[in-house]
Amino acid sequence: MTTAPESKFEIRIRPNQSWLRVDLRAIWEFRDLLGLLVRRDFVARYQQTALGPAWAIVQPLAMTFVFTLVFGKFAGISTGGFPPILFYLSSLLTWNYHAQTFQLTAGTFTANAELFGKVYFPRLVVPLAIMLSNLIALLFEAAIFSLFWCYYKFFTAAGVHFGTDARVLLAPLLLIHVATVSVGSGLIVASCTAKYRDLRHVLPLIVQVWLYLTPVIYPLSKVPARWQWVMALNPLAPLVETMRYLLLGRGDVQPGQYLCSAAIAAFLLIVGVMMFQRTERTFIDTV
Amino acid sequence: MRPIIELQGIAKKYSLGRIGSTSIRDSVERTWNRLRGFNRNGAVPRGDFWALRDVSFTIQPGEIVGVIGRNGAGKSTLLKILSRITEPTKGEAVLRGRPASLLEVGTGFHPDLSGRENIFLNGAILGMRTHEIRQKFDEIVAFSEVEQFIDTPVKRYSSGMYVRLAFAVAAHLEPEILLVDEVLAVGDAAFQKKCLGKMGDVAREGRTVLFVSHNMASILALCQRVILLNGGALLGEGSTQEVVREYLKSTISHEVVVLDERADREGDGSARLISCQIESIESGHFISSSSRMRFTLAYKGDRPLRHVRFLVTIYDYTNTGIYLFDSDAVGGIPETLPAEGVVTCTTDPINLTPGRCYINLALLRGAAIADHIEQAASFDVEADEFYSTGRVPPRDWVMCLLKHKWSFDEPAS
Repeated sequence: MTTAPESKFEIRIRPNQSWLRVDLRAIWEFRDLLGLLVRRDFVARYQQTALGPAWAIVQPLAMTFVFTLVFGKFAGISTGGFPPILFYLSSLLTWNYHAQTFQLTAGTFTANAELFGKVYFPRLVVPLAIMLSNLIALLFEAAIFSLFWCYYKFFTAAGVHFGTDARVLLAPLLLIHVATVSVGSGLIVASCTAKYRDLRHVLPLIVQVWLYLTPVIYPLSKVPARWQWVMALNPLAPLVETMRYLLLGRGDVQPGQYLCSAAIAAFLLIVGVMMFQRTERTFIDTV
Repeated sequence: MRPIIELQGIAKKYSLGRIGSTSIRDSVERTWNRLRGFNRNGAVPRGDFWALRDVSFTIQPGEIVGVIGRNGAGKSTLLKILSRITEPTKGEAVLRGRPASLLEVGTGFHPDLSGRENIFLNGAILGMRTHEIRQKFDEIVAFSEVEQFIDTPVKRYSSGMYVRLAFAVAAHLEPEILLVDEVLAVGDAAFQKKCLGKMGDVAREGRTVLFVSHNMASILALCQRVILLNGGALLGEGSTQEVVREYLKSTISHEVVVLDERADREGDGSARLISCQIESIESGHFISSSSRMRFTLAYKGDRPLRHVRFLVTIYDYTNTGIYLFDSDAVGGIPETLPAEGVVTCTTDPINLTPGRCYINLALLRGAAIADHIEQAASFDVEADEFYSTGRVPPRDWVMCLLKHKWSFDEPAS
């Protein structure tokens, strides 16, 4: 029998390991898994559906159509002077990414209980994979948005009322900000759901309320001054508005609200990661 | 050399009752009760359950160590802690090597993905890098014997194919420490044999294996050393043969099988079998392939019995007869027996493969059946060094073992 050379690798297993420290090295070692999970999420979502990944476009288009009809034509809610379709599509770009990422992240423990009970890997890989795989759907939506954008810009009279410039290149940075909010809040809910299963039933309600408190179907400028504080507390509100500003050239971006959102996003992420790491240590004992 | 696995006072506590507080209402109620200063209403009976208590041991690099114990002895908890799936309540464990754990095969298999995609996904979940998997891909596929279906979604696989593919991925891991839980209990006999062989190879390559199993034959075949857990504590540790024997002694009940109460019997009832005891002459309750056996039967009749005949038949689980011990065929029972007494039947080595056996008992007086009980008792035959190689065929291949020799005849030149 030969004996393998002594490895420098060492793992210490002891109670109450710090949940403040994020083991980035371990996550890096599992980067291949991250890639494969992204692929799995994407493939599995559209497997055996007739339209396949086209669903990523059908959903926002249908929503846009309904919004245009109900909020635009029936209720007459202003879209800030933009063509309604462009307005809603731009809102949904941000909102759908957030809602998907938030909900899936919130289900990290419940959806992966079996896996987590059988094998170790850095658990944060799962929300990271969710964050990335939703970007793929976002790309499809962005493509559809660009088509409509070109159509309205160059073939309709409304084209003079909006436009964009090099600032649109800041959109990816803005997406990082959005993802921070989505993942941070998702992690907090995930940790709470692991302990209190009741929250699973509240989740759709949270998403719905959040949608109405975010300027998705109305522009931020339509919010009365005395209610603007609600928008300041909702970290997503200035982000949806800023995205619109970047894509359509006009929007009510208030630096104060934006900074407030950045602070809240950072807070959500830090608290989320802390709670998540605290929960993952013994989550499996409570399943 | 420093031990590759080192456990010091590892303990794990679970809260009994409804584990964790699963609903907000419970939590609120408990807090409310605590605030009001009493703990009666709504308080679920909570106690602590120690799944592991102060377990310490060390394992040297290259050892294959088995962990045995009854259900609930803490084997799985131990493996979960070492696999970092849950953390201990007390103590510390050090792993000085890259670990991989197989608590189940096929972990993370996605039914919609093809066999090929699942190999990569499962491998990555188990800690392999993509380029490592790519290197071993052909080997994995060949081992799994599912080449034809490698691009079919695994949900269309038969359960046998699924398990084979899953094990193939696991078997090609190259960790320094392999933690295995009962995965060998899957698949058909031929595949199990292949898996055992693979585990042996892993060990010969100098890697360390910690193997939890209920299957004493595979423990005996694979492990050099065994750790015995009981009620969460370390009960014994030592050479495989010794510890396994100790464990089996403790698991098999020492009671005599009482037959008096059995209603499912035939015969005229003029004499009845009262009890029976089955044991190995050498080692009491540990019955193994080379054991010589002793059957002790107590009987009772209304008056002294003349011309009695005792029959003990051994069957396997398919109700196929293996042996018949007939007192008339070999003699030894006097022509007249007292109304009440005990007779004993002893045998040569039973030469049976490991597995469960059932016995039927009958008591005849002349030509009349006085008492007949089917499945009066059962006993388990354990594997032992029958062929002094530690390898015996499994029960589903053959029932009996026979000492034999092989030789190679030099061709006459």
